[in-house]
Amino acid sequence: MIPGSFSYHRPTTLVDAVKLLWTLGDEARPLAGGHSLVPMMKLRLATPEHLVDLHGIADLKGIRRDGSKVLIGAMTTQHDLLASDEVARSIPILHEAALLIADPQVRYRGTVGGNVANGDPGNDMPALMMTLGATYRLEGPDGGREVAAADYYQGAYFTAIEPGELLASISIPVPPAGHGFAYEKLKRKVGDYATAAAAVVLTMSGGKVATCTIGLTNLSETPLLADAAAKEVIGTGLDAATLKKAAAAAEAIMAPAADARGPIEYRKHVGGIMVTRALQRAAANAA
Amino acid sequence: MNDMTPTREQRTAALEGMGCKRKRVEDIRFTQGKGNYVDDVKLPGMLHGDFVRSPHPHARVKSIDDSEALKVPGVLAVITAETLKTVNLAWMPTLAGDVQMVLADGKVLFQNQEVAFVVATDRYAADDGINKVKVEYEPLPPLVDPFKSMDPNAPVLREDLAGKTSGAHGPRKHHNHIFEWTVGDKELTDAAFNKAEVTIKEMISYHRTHPSPLETCQCVCSFDKIKGELTIWGTFQAPHVIRTVVALIAKLPEQKIHVIAPDIGGGFGNKVGAYPGYICAAVASIVTGKPVKWVEDRIENLTATSFARDYHMTTEIAATKEGKVTGLRVHVLADHGAFDACADPSKWPAGFFNIVTGSYDFPTAHLAVDGVYTNKAPGGVAYRCSFRVTEAAYCIERAMDILAQKLGMDPAELRLKNFIKPEQFPYHSALGWEYDSGDYGTAMRKAMETVKYAELRKEQEQMRAAFKRGETREIMGIGVSFFTEIVGAGPSKNCDILGIAMFDSCEIRMHPTGAGIARMGTKSQGQGHETTWAQIIATEIGIPADNIMVEEGNTDTAPYGLGTYGSRSTPVAGAAIAMAARKIRAKAQMIAAYKLEVHEDDLEWDIDGFRVKGLPGKFMSMKDICWAAYNSVPPGMEPGLEAVSYYDPPNMTYPFGAYICVMTIDVDTGVYKVRRFYALDDCGTRINPMIIEGQVHGGLTEAFAIAMGQEIRYDAEGNVVTGSFMDFFMPTAVETPHWETDFTVTPSPHHPIGAKGVGESPNVGGVPAFSNAVNDAFSFLGSTHIQMPHDFWRNWAAAKSLGVFASA
Ligand SMILES: Cc1cc2nc3c(=O)[nH]c(=O)nc-3n(C[C@H](O)[C@H](O)[C@H](O)COP(=O)(O)OP(=O)(O)OC[C@H]3O[C@@H](n4cnc5c(N)ncnc54)[C@H](O)[C@@H]3O)c2cc1C
Repeated sequence: MIPGSFSYHRPTTLVDAVKLLWTLGDEARPLAGGHSLVPMMKLRLATPEHLVDLHGIADLKGIRRDGSKVLIGAMTTQHDLLASDEVARSIPILHEAALLIADPQVRYRGTVGGNVANGDPGNDMPALMMTLGATYRLEGPDGGREVAAADYYQGAYFTAIEPGELLASISIPVPPAGHGFAYEKLKRKVGDYATAAAAVVLTMSGGKVATCTIGLTNLSETPLLADAAAKEVIGTGLDAATLKKAAAAAEAIMAPAADARGPIEYRKHVGGIMVTRALQRAAANAA
Repeated sequence: MNDMTPTREQRTAALEGMGCKRKRVEDIRFTQGKGNYVDDVKLPGMLHGDFVRSPHPHARVKSIDDSEALKVPGVLAVITAETLKTVNLAWMPTLAGDVQMVLADGKVLFQNQEVAFVVATDRYAADDGINKVKVEYEPLPPLVDPFKSMDPNAPVLREDLAGKTSGAHGPRKHHNHIFEWTVGDKELTDAAFNKAEVTIKEMISYHRTHPSPLETCQCVCSFDKIKGELTIWGTFQAPHVIRTVVALIAKLPEQKIHVIAPDIGGGFGNKVGAYPGYICAAVASIVTGKPVKWVEDRIENLTATSFARDYHMTTEIAATKEGKVTGLRVHVLADHGAFDACADPSKWPAGFFNIVTGSYDFPTAHLAVDGVYTNKAPGGVAYRCSFRVTEAAYCIERAMDILAQKLGMDPAELRLKNFIKPEQFPYHSALGWEYDSGDYGTAMRKAMETVKYAELRKEQEQMRAAFKRGETREIMGIGVSFFTEIVGAGPSKNCDILGIAMFDSCEIRMHPTGAGIARMGTKSQGQGHETTWAQIIATEIGIPADNIMVEEGNTDTAPYGLGTYGSRSTPVAGAAIAMAARKIRAKAQMIAAYKLEVHEDDLEWDIDGFRVKGLPGKFMSMKDICWAAYNSVPPGMEPGLEAVSYYDPPNMTYPFGAYICVMTIDVDTGVYKVRRFYALDDCGTRINPMIIEGQVHGGLTEAFAIAMGQEIRYDAEGNVVTGSFMDFFMPTAVETPHWETDFTVTPSPHHPIGAKGVGESPNVGGVPAFSNAVNDAFSFLGSTHIQMPHDFWRNWAAAKSLGVFASA
């Protein structure tokens, strides 16, 4: 439980941070809230020689509305998300999900950037970002690029980020007014990652589902979009038979690991139930 | 009498004696972060030690190469079994009569076993050194399942025991067998079963768990070469026992060993025994001549220092059709891991498990316990319980529910029918105990009335019908538990540790100004002794509790005692305190008689002093007597006012209680909700009701954790998979249910103040209440017994196996 030795850097501009990461190479890791990285270092599962602390870069923090989008800086904490009126008003599902991340202590330090950049299948924000159609702004030695959240995750802790690159901000298209939303998360206790979780964003028209996106957390190596399940519900009033079909379609793409949260069969089963409950609740709170 | 004279009530209240909800005096420092724990001990030149641990559950150690480790800046020494052999300390005795490797000697027998001890100038360097020690292992087949440990071809775990056909507790049947312990009349019990109208039989497992105090085990050892003295600051529940163990195994004169247990952040049985870290730190200090600190981390605590339980109890009850129990037969398979490191009194290899007849009048019973070795961490300690009493209570309380189900009787009614009656006390149980006092029916009925038991059963019936009609996916369970504990080890006639009788002690010194200091052989780890011990003294000698300082944990100043565990502090040390106080009062009476110029027999005790009988105005306060003790004692009397008492209890005490848990379970997810938890405790005389309530809250929270998920789990290859609080269920305030507490008072007839002890009751009684609630919820679907822990996925699995999803 004692990390190896490392040197510590605290750049004050994004450019300097990228330069540092590029020149220090593989042995350097960005440090955000440290809630994932530091425990890995304590177990010596990660032994970076250099930590590049991003807390000194003012530009990386903040939430702002830009037309039909909300921009969130990578170093914005989960607590900041909860404190933001903009988020509560225009992307209420983010507010709901952030409240389900551990406890206030964790949320004061855990950052949105670290949460989505890491590629940990247990993190809640990645599936939400996919569900919301977000894109990530990556800054690297050769300039910046945009990657859709849906294209970012390649495997557990494997992402589209290249050496020397930093995730600078997240851009989220604001869902239409009157949309329905729900994030259903089953966990064993406060501070635990999801046994299974499902995000739903939908719109209703004349009592029927008009559009629908479903995201899944911790039910595979990467966050998932349950497209087939979403297709099942479009045009329906979410009757029992449809919900059953949707849950089955979602379960079909789940590939969770067996762990202390339960065997595979259980995690898939409750994954289906989270989808069902999220659909029902989202439909109920849609205008 | 003028208005200024305090009333008798005011004088009593001013003492803050027994029965007062006195605020905890220790909290003044704890709540300000000013406690002084072992890790706060920082000595000049202090070194740090840490362990290289085995990744394998069972392997031969081919070689250990420390050459690279010794090159790490700051690393000073790497200690291995070979080093320890030079001082004859490669193995150490356990309290259970076994021996245990301090560092791997030729073999490792469980994952995370201590292999080498790296000593360095700081904790970071020590860990860097650990990563550079190269150990070559040859893996051996692991033995994980205790039920396979005595297979003819099971791997041989303990090569050191080769050819030993008997151990500390009699004959061994197999190379992985530790002991067999039998109690009771087999013939009579078999006969009861042969003619029984109804019998039940179930294998009831109490899974492996861990006491997991928030402060882990740790020590600082400092050897003074010039004086030849060893000082050890450590997380010790029993500091004197540690001193004696060190004297015996390190061959140091006992007066040159100073053991100091400072503030302790929870023990729960984890801090009774001796661990390799203590030995290694002591040896390292002797070798280097510098103080050496060892602080266990969370993973080490959960995976290497003592676990609790792992008892597999095949339980049978014989009964009449009307539900009168006629016999109990229990066979236990006890998994001790790689070494038998129980911390039980010496003659009790399965602790006091023979309390398994519980609160019921069994005419006959028979018990057999087989202890076995497996490739798991050694133990098992008494996790907030008096030596296997928790296992016993769970066993009988679960079995009584199973019997009720078979008889079609209400489980509460079955209990009421079979209780030992008040007039039967002192009661001699079929398995050899003498229960001191109890009034079970009153407690049970009070519990049932408070929760409106009959109405709950009606509601449950309606919910079950609705479930069957498909109107709800929730099922409701009502868990009843009525436990009898046996605590206060214990009488010298049957309890010792390493040959030392399990008395306890108190020394009180009164100062001239009416204040005093009291020292005991016990050691609080959060129980609030500094508060409650002073309250006993306050009531006994009429000096305000605030004027009594309580000190524990320093073996140089405290009288010898056996420490705090097994709810023994109040039954044993609490009695010693009262007895020492009474000696003070007896001397005070002589002084008062002299000063008031009357005969001693003409005085009567009155709250805070002595009064001449029939002359209310002639009174001498205890405060004034203290002063007089230092200047005007009767001729021939020694000055001063102090007393020591060593108390050897005549019997154990038998606290009891009635707990009821109401729970709902969502069958689709297995998620449960505890709707209500009511706990009635009878611990005899209540010293501080607020502290009792706090103890009950804490113990119930542990019981909740254990029953609902807290487990040390191994996979089939012997890897321990629950090494952190992410997977080892430690409930937060959010998960923890609301507790309702209540009480009855049935004093212990043989204890000087009638107190019985309460610290462990809630853990003992709580676990069966939770488990019975879960089992009760599922029973109408056709199940008789579902094993703990009842976490979400297992509840779902139970629902599934009962066909709940078949038609869905
Ligand atoms: C007890 C506990 C419970 C938790 N429960 C949950 C939960 O239920 N759900 C949940 O979603 N999260 C949970 N978390 C995670 C936490 O909320 C953080 O979001 C998460 O740990 C990562 O954020 P961080 O800021 O701490 O990142 P760090 O730990 O600092 O970084 C994580 C990884 O991302 C890299 N990184 C960080 N920032 C960037 C960047 N801008 N660009 C590129 N790479 C970057 C780092 O190098 C590192 O590899 C929990 C954490 C704890 C300690």
